[in-house]
Parts: sequence; C-alpha cells; structure tokens
Amino acid sequence: MQQVNAERHWSRTSALMWIMLILWATFSFFIHMFVEQLNTITILGFPLGFYMAAQGSLLAFVIMLFIFAKRQDTIDRQEGVAED
Amino acid sequence: MAKEYTVGGRGFLDNLGKIYAIYTGGFFGFVIVLGILEQLGVPNRYIGYGFVFLTIAVYAAIGILSRTSEVGEYYVAGRSVPSVYNGMATGADWMSGASFVGMAGTLFLLGYDGLAFVLGWTGGYVLVAVLIAPFLRKFGAYTVPDFFSERYGGAFARLLAVIVLISCSFTYVVAQIYATGLIASRFLDLDFQVAVYAGLVGILLCSMLGGMKAVTWTQVAQYIVLIVAYLLPVVILSAKKYGIPVPQLTYGQAIQDITNLEQSMISKGLADAKTLKPHIKPFTTYDPLNFFALIFCLMVGTASLPHILMRYFTTPSVREARSSVAWSLFFIFLLYFTAPAYAAFSKLEVYSLINKGTNLTDLPQWIYTYGKIGLIKLCGKDAVDAAAVAAACAGKATQLRLQDLTINTDVIVLSTPEIAGMPYVIAGLVAAGGLAAALSTADGLLLAIANALSHDIYYKLVDPNAPTARRLIVSRIFLLVVAVVAAYVASTKPADILSMVAWAFSLAAAGIFPALTLGVWWKRANTPGAVLGMILGFGTTLYYLVGTRYFAPSFYEMWSWLGTATPAAAQKYADLKAAWMAAAPGDAQAAAWKAFDTHAQSVASWWGVKNISAALFGLPVGFLTIIIVSLLTPAPSRRVQDMVDATRRPAGDLIMADKGAGGMVGGH
Repeated sequence: MQQVNAERHWSRTSALMWIMLILWATFSFFIHMFVEQLNTITILGFPLGFYMAAQGSLLAFVIMLFIFAKRQDTIDRQEGVAED
Repeated sequence: MAKEYTVGGRGFLDNLGKIYAIYTGGFFGFVIVLGILEQLGVPNRYIGYGFVFLTIAVYAAIGILSRTSEVGEYYVAGRSVPSVYNGMATGADWMSGASFVGMAGTLFLLGYDGLAFVLGWTGGYVLVAVLIAPFLRKFGAYTVPDFFSERYGGAFARLLAVIVLISCSFTYVVAQIYATGLIASRFLDLDFQVAVYAGLVGILLCSMLGGMKAVTWTQVAQYIVLIVAYLLPVVILSAKKYGIPVPQLTYGQAIQDITNLEQSMISKGLADAKTLKPHIKPFTTYDPLNFFALIFCLMVGTASLPHILMRYFTTPSVREARSSVAWSLFFIFLLYFTAPAYAAFSKLEVYSLINKGTNLTDLPQWIYTYGKIGLIKLCGKDAVDAAAVAAACAGKATQLRLQDLTINTDVIVLSTPEIAGMPYVIAGLVAAGGLAAALSTADGLLLAIANALSHDIYYKLVDPNAPTARRLIVSRIFLLVVAVVAAYVASTKPADILSMVAWAFSLAAAGIFPALTLGVWWKRANTPGAVLGMILGFGTTLYYLVGTRYFAPSFYEMWSWLGTATPAAAQKYADLKAAWMAAAPGDAQAAAWKAFDTHAQSVASWWGVKNISAALFGLPVGFLTIIIVSLLTPAPSRRVQDMVDATRRPAGDLIMADKGAGGMVGGH
C-alpha cells in the first residue's frame, strides 16, 4: 500500500495547474500579439502568425491535454491517491 | 444496423469498437449506394430524402434501444462511457449546426480575425481539463447545480445555478432547432415550420426514453456522420487541386494565391481597396482588445456551459474524465483546423472568378442557385437569375466586382461540393452532417435544461421523497415541454434569439465559472461570497449585454465618460438624437429612431468592448466579490472543507451518493 500524502499531492497538482495555465495563456494570447512580426516568416505557404492562430495553437492545446492527463495521473499514483 | 443486445448494456460496452466500426463502414457503404443510384438517374430530391431519413432513423433506433428506467443511467449514462467515446459524444454535443455550416463562412468573411472563434472554441477545453472536469466527476453530481448546492449551502445557490443554466442554454437550443428546420427545409423542400417540428421529433426520439445514456450513444453516431461529411468534400477538393488529400497542409498555397489575387483585383479595379479585408491581415474587423477579449470570453464560456460539463459526469473514473477532455478536444480539433482550409479554398475560387474579369452575363450557375434562396446578393439584390442581376447592377458594373458581391456565411460549406463540381451525393452528405451537428447539440442542451428542471427543481427542491419512477416520468415530461416550447419559438424565426446565442458564452462564464473554480481551488470560498459573486457577476454581464443592445442611448448617456466615442461620433450621436426628437410622429420618427438607435449601439460601451465579450466585466466582478465577501465572513464549516479535500483526491467514493443508481463508481 502506497503512502498517502494529500498535502504534497495538492501542491504538486497546483504546480501543474499553474504550468498548464501559463502554457494556455501563451498559446491563447501571448504569441498572437506578435502576429504581424510572425507573418513575415512563411512556411509551406502559410504566414507563421496566421498559421499559429489557425492550427499551431490548436495542436498545442491538444498535445498539452494528453500530456497533462498522463502527468496528473503519475502525480496521483506517486502520492497514493489514484483510483484502483 | 441490427443490434441484438441493448445499447449501453455490457455486451454493447465490451464491443464498442466493433459496433461503431461496422456502423462507420455501413455509413460509407450507404453513401456509395446513393452515389451509384444518382449515376443511374435517381433524382437529387430522393438522394436528399435518403440521407436525411436514414440517418435520423438510425439515431432514433439507437435512442429507442437505449431506453432505461434507472436514474443513474438516465442522468449520467451509468457512469460507464469510455473516454474516447465520451470524447466523440462531446465533440458532437459541442459542434452546433452553426459551427458546422457557418464557421468556414465566418473565416471567409473575416479572414484572420475570424480565427478568434477557432481559438476560443478550442482553448477552453484546457480550462475544462485542468480546473473543472476531473473534480466534478469525483464529486459525483447528476447536474452542475448539484455541485453548487452541496458546496455552497443548499437551495439558494442551486436555484441561482439553475437560472444561469437555463438563461444560457435556452436561446442556444432554439438556435439548434432553427438550424435543423433550415437544413431540413432546404434539402427536403418542406415548409420551414413543418421542418422544425420534424426536427423536433428526431431530437425527442433520441433523448426521451434513454436520457443521457441514449443521447451519448446517438451523439457518437452523429459525430461520425458529421466529421465524415465535413472532411470528405474538402479532402477531394485538395486532392483534385494540389494532388495531396490533406487540405490542412495544402491551403497554405491557396492563402498565397489569395494574397496575390487581392492585389491584382484592386489594380484591375475589380475590388475596392477601402473595403477589401486582406485574408491574412490581423485586426481588420476587431481591434486587438476585442480580438483577445472575444477569445478569452469564448474560452471561459466553454468551460462553463453545463451541457458540456455534464458530459464528463459519465466517464467510469476521474482519470478517464481527464483523458476524455483531451479526446474531446482532439475530435473537435479535426473539424476546427479544417474550417480555415474550407474558407481559403472557397475564397480562392471566388477571387479567381472575379479576377479573370467575368461578365455579369455569364456567371456560374451556383450563384443563381444560392441567390434564389437569398444567400447570395449582387449589387444589393438577391441574385435570382441573369435578368435580376442585370437589373440590379445596371449603370454600376458590367463585370463581377468584389464590392458588389455579398455572400451569406452559410453558403461556403453548403456550396463547396457544387462549386467544385462534385456529384449531388456529396451535397446530400453535407446536409446529413449539418443535421447531425444540429440534432446532437440540441439533444445535449435539452437534456441539460430538462434535468435542471426535473432533478434540481422538482426532486431536490419540491419533492425530495419522489420515487424513482415518478422522477423519471417528470424528467421526460419536462424534456417534452421544453422541446416543444423551444420548437415553437424557433418556428417564429426570431431574429433576436439567434443573435443572442453568442451571449450564452458570456452569461455562462460570468455566472458559473468563478464560483465553480473557486469552489474547488479555494477552500475559503463560502456561501455568502459565492451567492453574491454569482449574482453580481451574472448581473454585470446581463446589464452590459441588455444595456448596450436594447437601451443603447441611455447606456451611452450614462456611461459616455467610460466610452471610446470619437468627438465626430459623439457629434453624430447628438445630431441623430436631435433629428429623432424633431421628427414628425409616424414613419419618419420610426426611421429617425432606427438610425439613432443603430448609431447609439455602436458607441455605447465601456472602453470600446463589444457586447459579445461582456464577460470581460462580469468575470472580474464575480471573482473579486467571492474573494472579498468570503474573507469578510466566516470560513466554510469543517464538513465542507473536508468535502473539498475529498474532491481533490481521485481515490475514494463519490462525494454525493448515487442513490438508486445502476452503475456506481465504474472501475474497469
């Protein structure tokens, strides 16, 4: 039986939450503030600033969530509060 | 699809992959058969009937096979929906008829600025996964208001949550039923009113007997139809044009071509440099403040809409609730990252047509097809036929010019098969997809509203001793009543309600998000804080929405010191007001009022924020009120704080017992 450490579980969960929110704000707002500068770079015909809003940030959100689900599960297991 | 065992039962759950693979294969086979029939000369009209009736029959069959008399199955699908399938169901629940039909058109019209919707309607799922969904799943609620009641001391908080839920969901469901009617009437040649009630029957068959369980498994089936229908035309188009069937990659080329054509059209005098919005140029419609405010409000709104949050009550575990959000976003992403490709391809097609100097006498047929139903205008008049176009543009132009052409946002997705010269069967497929998108969203919303009325109001507040059988009957009666009322409102074609859908996000965000997140993440949040925070946050947002839209002149006059009207705009306001006051009663006065009110709506604001982003004010008010009032009043009881602790740990029993439920905490 694993040692349950609820306090450490919550502080690690909170830390992960802040990391996720910072990434979220980066891909939702921050990079799009530089759209004009990014648009000077072109990849596969896409101006980069446009690409980030049309695809790049969306891809980042999807990948972030799968990594988050895995990461949070690891934390739950290590701190002994995972299900089953 | 013959299914021997009950939908949602053990045998069904163990064979999900196989069943939906057969279903998908069957659907492709069906498309091919209709394609062959079309080649054999079966009229388009019957191909359209085939698509609409057969797909609705399948959804109805799933709905009927999923009937249940267990409360846990009715409200939360027995908490037995695996994360990938719940992801698909959420995708269908989320993507409305308007997303399916209108999103690409919005991107066509707005270019870069339209991407605010693409970003806003995806990024919100990060907030759902990190801040909300796993905790609500652990909580074990049946409805979102359940959480408010348990966390914030009972009936009053529950009632507030129900009010917010209904006010943001009802306009939304009306719009879905409206969309169903529109698609059905366009493809079946039914009268619009008849089509609305036909759509209603489709919706009720899916949800009435089996509640959440039935809605879940039909939504999975609807997701498959809608995503195939969305992707197929544009994949074919990309393969035809660029030889690679991945439109999401090839439209980069189209964007470059569009940018070149924009210059070329202006130099040839076929487009007006003043009104043309370059496709990739940011901030042509929204200023940066409104662009980012819109993204923010749509995201937070996404994380607050009850019909989405309740989907995560149905997973077997907290762990699966988290991965299910990731899968949801993946399935939504498939459509949203394709929409800009649709927009680019159509725009390229239209701009090429203009750039080569097309005479108004030899326009392509699709312009008249959509002109006839009022979706394409030339020189301000519906492009019904060559004569109508010639009459409308007489003396203005002899060639097709960009500034004379007005395209409704719905046209882009609906017309792509036709513009690209694909057989009618593809157009029928697109109609079936749009219908699936509208039906699935309507189902989820109706269930959210009906459950709030039956579970939160009737069972929890009116008659807590009601036996299971009566609770389920009451649920179904509310579902029926809400559905009929919504269909009635939709059948009157209410213009205002349709534009109010965009408000749902701000209302949900301001009313629900602060109390919900602080309820989990801040133990100190207490009942007085949450109750006041909900009232003030929601109230501020509602005040801003209604004030700037319906009482624009008085809003402007009261708040002009916070507005951003230029001196010229302020002068125009004063002039129009004087003109209205001086106008003779009757038509002249009404016209003067209209001009005055329209202008007032454009200047009535706080710091220039458009009212679609009203939550920008409601959210901080909500958060600050909860924090300040909670700190000034006593902390929540030991019991509530322990409950919050238990919510944060995935292990252990659900907080709220599943009384009389079939599936308890699922496990594997």
